[in-house]
Amino acid sequence: MSSANLFLLLIALGVGAYFLGRRRALNLRDAGQTLHSLPSYHGLFFALSTALIPCVVLAAWMIAAPQVVDQRMTAGLPQDIQKLDSGDRSLALSLINRLVPFVGTLPAADLQTLRAGGDRATALMTKLQLSLVEPPKAYVIDAALNKAQMISTSAWIITLVTQALAAAGFAFAWMRQVALYRARNRVETVVRYGLMAASSVAVLTTLGIVLSVLSESINFFKSVPILGFLFGTVWDPRFSAAGSAGTTGQFGLLPLLWGTFYITIVALLVAVPIGLIAAIYMAEYATPRVRAFAKPALEILAGIPTIVYGFFALSTFGPLLNQMGSSVGLDISPNSVLCAGFVMGVMIIPFVSSLSDDILSAVPNSLREGSYGLGATQSETIKKVVLPAALPGIVGASLLAVSRAVGETMIVVLAAGIAANLTANPFKPVTTMTVKIVSQLTGDLEFNSPQTLVAFALGLTLFIFTLGLNIIALSIVRKYREQYE
Amino acid sequence: MSDTTGKSTMSSPLTVRRRKAEWRFRAYGVAAIAFCFLAILVLFTSIITKGYSAFQQSHISIPIKLDAAVIDPDGKRDPDTLIAADYASLVKQSVLTALAVPEDDKPARKHAMELISDSSDTQVRDVVLANPAKIGQTVNISLTASDNVDAVLKGNIDRTVPEADRQVSDQQLSWIDGLKKAGKISEDFNTGLFTNGASSKPESAGLWVAIIGSFYMMLIVILIAVPFGVASAIYLEEFAPKNRWTDLIEVNVNNLAAVPSIVFGLLGLAIFINGFGLPRSASLVGGLVLALMTLPTIIIATRAALGSIPPSIKEAAMGVGASKMQTIFHHVLPLAIPGILTGTIIGLVRALGETAPLLMIGMVAFIVDPPKSILEPATALPIQIYMWATSAERGFAARTGAATIVLLLFSFLMNAGAIYLRRKFERRW
Repeated sequence: MSSANLFLLLIALGVGAYFLGRRRALNLRDAGQTLHSLPSYHGLFFALSTALIPCVVLAAWMIAAPQVVDQRMTAGLPQDIQKLDSGDRSLALSLINRLVPFVGTLPAADLQTLRAGGDRATALMTKLQLSLVEPPKAYVIDAALNKAQMISTSAWIITLVTQALAAAGFAFAWMRQVALYRARNRVETVVRYGLMAASSVAVLTTLGIVLSVLSESINFFKSVPILGFLFGTVWDPRFSAAGSAGTTGQFGLLPLLWGTFYITIVALLVAVPIGLIAAIYMAEYATPRVRAFAKPALEILAGIPTIVYGFFALSTFGPLLNQMGSSVGLDISPNSVLCAGFVMGVMIIPFVSSLSDDILSAVPNSLREGSYGLGATQSETIKKVVLPAALPGIVGASLLAVSRAVGETMIVVLAAGIAANLTANPFKPVTTMTVKIVSQLTGDLEFNSPQTLVAFALGLTLFIFTLGLNIIALSIVRKYREQYE
Repeated sequence: MSDTTGKSTMSSPLTVRRRKAEWRFRAYGVAAIAFCFLAILVLFTSIITKGYSAFQQSHISIPIKLDAAVIDPDGKRDPDTLIAADYASLVKQSVLTALAVPEDDKPARKHAMELISDSSDTQVRDVVLANPAKIGQTVNISLTASDNVDAVLKGNIDRTVPEADRQVSDQQLSWIDGLKKAGKISEDFNTGLFTNGASSKPESAGLWVAIIGSFYMMLIVILIAVPFGVASAIYLEEFAPKNRWTDLIEVNVNNLAAVPSIVFGLLGLAIFINGFGLPRSASLVGGLVLALMTLPTIIIATRAALGSIPPSIKEAAMGVGASKMQTIFHHVLPLAIPGILTGTIIGLVRALGETAPLLMIGMVAFIVDPPKSILEPATALPIQIYMWATSAERGFAARTGAATIVLLLFSFLMNAGAIYLRRKFERRW
């Protein structure tokens, strides 16, 4: 039985058990007994005892069984195949996997024909709509048969195991059930553990990110020294150059890091002043009507997908800057630092402004009133009293904006350059870490070459940077909030 | 300001300066807000002016002789024969006849064929397959005009440019003008933009595969992120004891919300594709990655919604004997649903527009036929925008704009839904 059908069957069994359990409790109640739990809880207890454990076992089996089958199948291959290098081996394995769905149902006579090869085997393959270049070799057929056999055995085992578990669970529930049984408490405990398990998904995700990025990075650092990566000043991951001697300089992080930070700085120069002033206006001056209108408008800027900003920068803003530059005699590249940085700055204005708005609103009014009492105007109060008091929070907000800008991808993929330049000229293109992650991983590439693995090393760098910035920013903001609470 | 003695001190030079400073400071604020409005305005106008023209597509109506000898020589009307027939030659013959191009003028014949889209033969085929009785007749079929003709008709090609530098020859221009005068050219709503898959020709490229792919992914996000997100939020807000593990989860959720989206793409590539062996470009993988990315947003929104339910509700429920679990599932959670929905929709809108992680898992693919399941290769709306934005042909620029408009329209509809829900169910306690 296929796993999906098995799942459906288990769910059906669970539903059936629910109604049986509930009916039984109802019968007891009708017979005049006092129940500890409501009948529906008895039903749920039945359903959970019947279906929960088999479902968990089945899920674990679905993940583990294919791995075990593959391992045993590979172990059964002839020695010379096992000794092939990884490329040829994965080719042979994929051939075997193509064959698996066919050999399981093929009559013995046809298998013989296939083994014999020649024209009759080719004709048979056409009939089966099995499009291979040549009739499979004997070891391929054997391995495929072996695998098909193991898959069907595995399906049998799991079907029997889950059914037995379901029956045992049902029997367990049946024996327990008396009027005073605390079915609700049992069900609630299970639900509680379920909720707890759900909340660990977030931790698992982080763990998954760290492990996957870290392990691939370690693979990368096996072929490229870590110091050459961190302090190299040349980014030139040519396919011919990698793997040969003296490739240390090829994967230099510095130009990418510089590009990332240069664009981020331009973005901040746009976003922090505008966002902060907009926040001040909204928190201190704006009437409720203006606020009710302006705040959602700023949220629109935050809600626009970044690909749209990227397209705008690529199709409108870059060419515009280029024309403006040439009209005053400046050579501005269409994908200059200025273009990508400015558009990114517009994108992060709302992050700065909404956080700063919250922070300014948290400054206690007594400070403002004290300042007014001394005769300060409103703007003097803001500049001399409110802003200094809110400064830590604003710094935190800006750091969050930095982390947003560093990790931003689509704007720079479309609007920044491809070449890794170490230049301070804002009219020239630079490239960023995210651009290079994208360009190293799109297209059909051999997965184990340093050219693709470097993307994970870049991802790790990015992850560490943004994580660090976030932790610092959040702790600053939290400390600031506590100060006025 | 005024001459009355009481206020004369206000007009001292210092006061004037301070007033001016006050006025300037306010003006800065207004300017900053105005800048944001301007940015929104410029962004939208630029995208709409770029994209609106792609919602119209020109068609050229050509009388096509559905020659029975070419389409169905043995006259059996066998579907296999009808599908495989040589419609391209029929189209060619009819176009050349309609434009009265001489047989021996090879360059003119080539130019004439450039007026219509390469996919014209399938259009004719579809007409024949829909109604085989038409074989043998001559029918007017409105063929999709090529990208260049479309550009001429929309005024995107400058006729004053010398012929050698222009993508459309003088002869083609005169044909176009002639056809237009004869009323053979029509500009209709571009349904192909929504119903076609990928194509290397702008005039026959569409968003259908992307829309289906995005739809599948949104479905997966809802099915995975919402249950897990709501469940973890309930646990963290209502049940979690104050200990290290809970703290870890909380810090973790906050940080996860700020991890760059591209890193989630790396996770998907390394774990779902290389680890679990799920197929590349499949909407299942895209949906899983987007679900993990949306999870923190939903957790944070749900916690806020649960936290805003006044304790009196809980106390009342507990007072009549409900257990904690019953209190939460029967009373607190239903009241928090509007807030949860709003947060969920905001997370979904973000997931809908997210591009970078999908680039990592190979969704940049040329896919003509819509995926039939979540395991088949698909693209997504933002990916389609990316692919069209990076292709060189001019016709794709308008398509990119149009695709962007479609994406923004979807996100606005979802946002409007969120605002509506918030307005409708919002309660003040």
